[in-house]
Amino acid sequence: MSIEKINPVVLQVSNLKKRFGNNIVLDDFSFELHRNENIVVLGKSGSGKSVLIKCIIGLMKPDEGSIHILGKEISQMNAEELDKTRAKIGFLFQSNALYDSMTVRENLEFPLRRHWIKHNKSEMDQLIKQALADVKLTHTIDMMPSELSGGMRKRIALARTLILKPEIILYDEPTTGLDPITAKEIIQLINEIKIKYKTASLIISHDMNCVKLASDFVVMLIDGKCYAYDTYTNLKTNKDKNILQFFE
Amino acid sequence: MFIKKSCDRHHRILLLKQEVLMNIIKMNSYNNAGYFLREVGEISRFIVKFLSTWFKPRYEIKEFFKQCFVIGYKSLPLIGLTGFIMGLVLTMQLRPSMVDYGVESEIPVIVGIAIIREIGPVITALIFAGKIGSSIGAELGSMKVTEQIDAMEVSGTNPFKYLVVSRVLATTLMLPVLTILSDVISLYGAYLGVNIKGETSMQLFWSQVIDALSFNDVIPSFIKTYFFGFAVGIIGCYKGYNSNKGTEGVGKSANASVVIASVLIFIIDLLAVQITDLLGYN
Repeated sequence: MSIEKINPVVLQVSNLKKRFGNNIVLDDFSFELHRNENIVVLGKSGSGKSVLIKCIIGLMKPDEGSIHILGKEISQMNAEELDKTRAKIGFLFQSNALYDSMTVRENLEFPLRRHWIKHNKSEMDQLIKQALADVKLTHTIDMMPSELSGGMRKRIALARTLILKPEIILYDEPTTGLDPITAKEIIQLINEIKIKYKTASLIISHDMNCVKLASDFVVMLIDGKCYAYDTYTNLKTNKDKNILQFFE
Repeated sequence: MFIKKSCDRHHRILLLKQEVLMNIIKMNSYNNAGYFLREVGEISRFIVKFLSTWFKPRYEIKEFFKQCFVIGYKSLPLIGLTGFIMGLVLTMQLRPSMVDYGVESEIPVIVGIAIIREIGPVITALIFAGKIGSSIGAELGSMKVTEQIDAMEVSGTNPFKYLVVSRVLATTLMLPVLTILSDVISLYGAYLGVNIKGETSMQLFWSQVIDALSFNDVIPSFIKTYFFGFAVGIIGCYKGYNSNKGTEGVGKSANASVVIASVLIFIIDLLAVQITDLLGYN
């Protein structure tokens, strides 16, 4: 991690360890994410990528190590502090996790209503329309998630992630299950969001196209460790067989 | 000599097979007993979590009323229809025996007591478990496997309060209301049953039913419906909230919610009878 960066660190993961029984998923895993930067965590299926992202957001507790988000250690936060910090982090779930029983509008309203950041009706409407405009799906506002295609659902989930104007966005396999064209559109959106809102993004993926197009830097997660940290171009020319296997 | 040897060998194989079979049965029994005890422990923990959470802010009032509407109002047609048929069929089945004993005029009394004290609350609770228990189990189960519960937590919501507390309170409060309505509709069914082969005025029928009922009939049966409602809600939520193994797990959660809640309804009913008996209400 000797690469010089100007922007401040927004997420710092240090010596993270997580095991399930005898299975060590994360072993002394460390990295830093800076503002206005996209880092892709690349690893095989079952290598612990989703566990990492769930530890960061506080859905799982690591066995050892620390996670600092915007300068604060999450394991020392109480429930209220954790909620306030979560308001600054967007999380795009692999399965989108849209609430089936709610319309698109209600799905987007949910995080606004939940957090103590108070908005009146017109402000809420404006934020919803803005988030939908960002993902180019304004016309779906009163539709149910079941009426939307896979790509549209992903975009709505992204809109819900954006609605609180997060400083960090965690993407869990954003292109999995999408056709190549829709996947490319989602990657384009991720890049547009980074430019527009100056967010820092941590993208979990094993889709090499996503890695190529969305990453500023790539973290390779192999055997629970940060095996390599570099740009896509540098990693592609690396001779290490563990790294090369991802590019073949 | 050869035949004797062959018989011995055959006997030894049979004994061995029997021993293996016994061991398998023993192991299965231990596993089943272990699973049962684990499940009882987990459900108890879930109930303790509910009891220690429900009164603490933040209150999910909007969600609670929404669930009351979904669980109560939307169950009304099914509960009403089954209640009506129950009263009608019970009366028609009872009539021949009552005629044989020459106490045909007592049909409203017997039907009234049977419906109010036992059949109404239990049948309503069982139908409620089938409709609402399975729906809660499946809904929460699918929310769990599609990460919607995690999404709620990330959005700053306590999913236990939002999903579990609101639903359990709604089932606990709605089942008694539904039971009262079901009992009344059932008695209208019984009135129709009485009049199919006889003639009794509405006023006479109701006065006979009301005269036959006492405080001891109505109150204990009303109180136990709160426990039935709680059992349906808590089991549905527990099974859904702890669902796993993808879509297969969702189906299992829905199924187990109904089965366990139905068994619990009978156990609670049995306990209620024992308690009211001990307190001298029977």
